Amino acid sequence: MSRIESTMQALAAQGRQALIPFITAGDPNPGVTVGLMHALVDGGADIIELGVPFSDPMADGPVIQRASERALAHRVSLRHVLAMTAEFRKTDSKTPVVLMGYANPVEAMGYETFAKAAVEAGVDGVLTVDLPPEEAEECAAILKTHGIDLIFLLAPTTPPSRLQAVQRLARGYVYYVSLKGVTGAAHLDVDSVAAKLLELRKYISLPIGVGFGIRDAETARRVAGVADAVVIGSRLVQEVEAGEDGLAERLNSFIKGVRSAMDTARA
Amino acid sequence: MQLQQPSHRLPSENVMNEPLRYHQPDVRGHFGQHGGIYVAETLMPALDELRVEYEKAIADPDFMAEYRYELKHYVGRPSPVYHAKRWSEQLGGAQIYLKREDLNHTGAHKVNNTIGQALLARRMGKKRVIAETGAGQHGVASATVAARYGLECVVYMGAEDVARQSPNVYRMKLLGATVVPVSSGSKTLKDAMNEAMRDWVTNVDSTYYIIGTCAGPHPYPMLVRDFQCVIGEEAKVQMVDLVGRQPDAVIACVGGGSNAIGIFHPYVDVPGVRLIGVEAGGDGLDTGRHAAPLTAGAKPGVLHGNRTYLMQDEDGQIIETHSISAGLDYPGVGPEHSFLKDIGRAEYVAATDKEALQAFHDLCRFEGIIPALESSHALAYAARLAPTLPKDQVLLVNLSGRGDKDIPTIAKLDGIQL
Repeated sequence: MSRIESTMQALAAQGRQALIPFITAGDPNPGVTVGLMHALVDGGADIIELGVPFSDPMADGPVIQRASERALAHRVSLRHVLAMTAEFRKTDSKTPVVLMGYANPVEAMGYETFAKAAVEAGVDGVLTVDLPPEEAEECAAILKTHGIDLIFLLAPTTPPSRLQAVQRLARGYVYYVSLKGVTGAAHLDVDSVAAKLLELRKYISLPIGVGFGIRDAETARRVAGVADAVVIGSRLVQEVEAGEDGLAERLNSFIKGVRSAMDTARA
Repeated sequence: MQLQQPSHRLPSENVMNEPLRYHQPDVRGHFGQHGGIYVAETLMPALDELRVEYEKAIADPDFMAEYRYELKHYVGRPSPVYHAKRWSEQLGGAQIYLKREDLNHTGAHKVNNTIGQALLARRMGKKRVIAETGAGQHGVASATVAARYGLECVVYMGAEDVARQSPNVYRMKLLGATVVPVSSGSKTLKDAMNEAMRDWVTNVDSTYYIIGTCAGPHPYPMLVRDFQCVIGEEAKVQMVDLVGRQPDAVIACVGGGSNAIGIFHPYVDVPGVRLIGVEAGGDGLDTGRHAAPLTAGAKPGVLHGNRTYLMQDEDGQIIETHSISAGLDYPGVGPEHSFLKDIGRAEYVAATDKEALQAFHDLCRFEGIIPALESSHALAYAARLAPTLPKDQVLLVNLSGRGDKDIPTIAKLDGIQL
């Protein structure tokens, strides 16, 4: 059983939902990332999504675009993100780490080389925004051999006919993009998300996380009422952007607030 | 002259009645190892809808009749083929013929595609179109057809390109389009395309994305090619009329490569015709400051929805490119060109900024034609090749656009304040 699966199962057994924060690796500089990951876990994160900087982040809004640019100014790339994960693993063997980014850095490294290096670094899952199931067969097979979960996005536009292909290849969890748009866009509508999740669950047996547009504890609490996991990205990256002073503490306390709101959802 | 259906469906000039051997892409948009659909999930259903609607449209005689009517009466097709006699004599070798896409309405080949896609947008009930542009030619062609069909139009353009192509920016505004300067990344064509993708993913229900080159996710590389194939289809008839045979080589500039694929594709199955794509050599391939992924031997990668040869560093980050011509300043290339390189059917070479400028001035002075800087790259290679060949050889160069938009750039290089 993968670390993601066992984490999800343990949470489900307690009737709780996973809290999945996203930060861009190397933002604002490579030295801070591992410390921030620990601070997020301490605040109550169950899984960490670590953004791999890319020169052309087509699916991201301005906040995460700028995070990528700050990291790239330090020339942070996939191999550095793997090194950061390995560093994180030295003192945390429990929290799953998912690398989130675009296909080309993985392509450039080669699927096989990447899979081996990722296992060695302690990576648990990979989410490549621009690798839909149609193009993912080879990558999925190689990652599966190495025990790494390939995580797919689902969108409001995804028709039932595509869900079967996703169900066949996806592992770990699936990530439902709550709105049409880029990361950091407007607030999501919890009622329409709830309706869509009912439909998705007819086809998808994996846990379903919801992200895009979750900016505060209250929204997180309401989403936790309908989803298996809550993903928060741009809101955290905005904290990073606000400056390095007390950053770990700020992220920690924000996550604590979200965690406690989510845990009252079930009470 | 009767315009035919796109050549991959119905080869119009298949004189020998041979079966068409070249049939690309496959059903999922792959040209060998290139092409495909690499986009975020939100866009997948829209691309599928586009593919289905496109298949229906080109099978619909009314759609094709309207497309042909617009090309004839609005664009002014067929565009002539012209024998550049004085320049050929000056070069002292092969005879150079020019396919005059510069004489199209809007001044470049881009409108062949935007007409087709605007008709598709209208057929699909979309009221808003978006486009990316480098030199501004595709932006102008999109703004033009949006005005023609009463569609709202937003054009994304790199901030650097907005500065160096100011006449085209103003033309788009005159035509009623909104031009959005893009200040992220390298502030050129690739960043404009990123921003257009972001707009599309946000407004996918109401908006049709008119991609201007033969790149992007399937079905774009195929449909842009099909709409541009009118260039090669006409040329095949015109060359027989003019010289009694097909040319020995067809030469076209390649950024994304839509004008090149439009003139190459109908010739792919014609034996004995060399196909030569000319990339932007910038300051020279050895300087690293260029936009010539095919010539420089770049590795394949994934960008803007397709796999293709791509200028990237060892970490898979996209490298900033350089060319004097904004329209060629792009790190990738249409996937079909990558495929034609792989199978050895087309050759790819580069011309530097300096060579392109020389050819620009030569065509002005010897033929009275002011070419676009993009097209000047194709001319530059023709000027290099022609003197090495006998006088009875024939080179057909796609003069993909006119150079009015480049006059401020050229004047600045010559130290002249306009």
